[in-house]
Amino acid sequence: MAFDKAEAKSVIVSPIFDNNPIALQVLGICSALAVTGKMEKALVMSIALTVVLAFSNLIISTIRNHIPSSIRIIVQMTIIASLVIVVDQVLQAYAYETAKELSVFVGLIITNCIVMGRAEAYAMKNGPVMSFFDGIGNGLGYSALLMAVAAIRELFGSGSLFGMVILDPIKDGGWYPTNGLLLLPPSAFFVIGLLIWALRAWKKDQVEAA
Amino acid sequence: MEHYISLFVRSVFVENMALSAFLGMCTFLAVSKKVQTAMGLGIAVIVVQAITVPVNNLLFNYILKDGALAWAGFSDVDLSFLGLICYIGVIAAIVQILEMTLDKFFPALYNALGIFLPLITVNCAILGGTLFMVEGDLAFDESVVYGLGSGFGWALAIVALAGIREKMKYSDVPDGLRGLGITFISVGLMALGFMSFSGVQL
Repeated sequence: MAFDKAEAKSVIVSPIFDNNPIALQVLGICSALAVTGKMEKALVMSIALTVVLAFSNLIISTIRNHIPSSIRIIVQMTIIASLVIVVDQVLQAYAYETAKELSVFVGLIITNCIVMGRAEAYAMKNGPVMSFFDGIGNGLGYSALLMAVAAIRELFGSGSLFGMVILDPIKDGGWYPTNGLLLLPPSAFFVIGLLIWALRAWKKDQVEAA
Repeated sequence: MEHYISLFVRSVFVENMALSAFLGMCTFLAVSKKVQTAMGLGIAVIVVQAITVPVNNLLFNYILKDGALAWAGFSDVDLSFLGLICYIGVIAAIVQILEMTLDKFFPALYNALGIFLPLITVNCAILGGTLFMVEGDLAFDESVVYGLGSGFGWALAIVALAGIREKMKYSDVPDGLRGLGITFISVGLMALGFMSFSGVQL
């Protein structure tokens, strides 16, 4: 397959706004909710997912013609699970604190529907290089939404970004009354719901039919 | 006995899989348009969860845990890094076996569950249940109760959400918020409600 720059670009860019995995494809929501309390956690999770997604797409697409379709789910699962184990071990070796905080959610990348969904929808039908880019694109789309939610929650919930104080919270003698609600997990639902609303107000074609 | 009841209630309400751990969200949001289908999926999740969590518990305690292979003469082998791949294998296999058994012996139930059974393999509530079980270091009997309870909690949540969404068809939701957006916000409100259980001590 000839390398097509324009197609590569559209494959990477379109999942970020036009076809966002979380906001439009309804994939990979679980982790998006649970790890967005702090930007650092969200960043580590985004990187981990993007890596797994890109490489699982690459590997599955490379061997796609050799997988019998009746057992493809198991084959995909095994490939994804092996990649996740590698990522998990790397995180535990180099970012132990964050790995502890993310607890089971790194493991849950295996069942993150973005990975399975893209493997099924894209990697099984397209060449390895494009699939790799598709993985990166969807990983970026996921990361963009995750970071946006985490930024809102951390900034207004505890007045900081990446642990650096931006708005001085009252309890440390500053002026900003922290909004505890945003630190609670349910607020992630509200923030994502409102982000989807904003995105759809901007891109009218994503509005669902009544 | 008291210990088991308290574990059950805790896994259903306080540590609800869907509304406080946010697991299985993709299916939770996608398959909650009708109460009927939500109910079918809920039952399937309870069954699979109640089987896989104890099985994975045995697997972890007798094969994977550090020093668990002592009975086979390998007392210093730690296979816990293989955990994830084993659990997902077990889950996929059990779902497959369950599907074939149901097809052979309970065709009515098999038809009612339909495509939900295979979908359960990739439902993160199932793998999540196993991972929480491993993290909490539960004994075998506790894992049976926990599996049952966490499956039941998830089923309860999806049926409740489906009920709300059925009613919501009659309300006038702003364009951009319709569908996924408003569902997120209602799940958020439900999750807030479930947080009130978090202070419950048993």
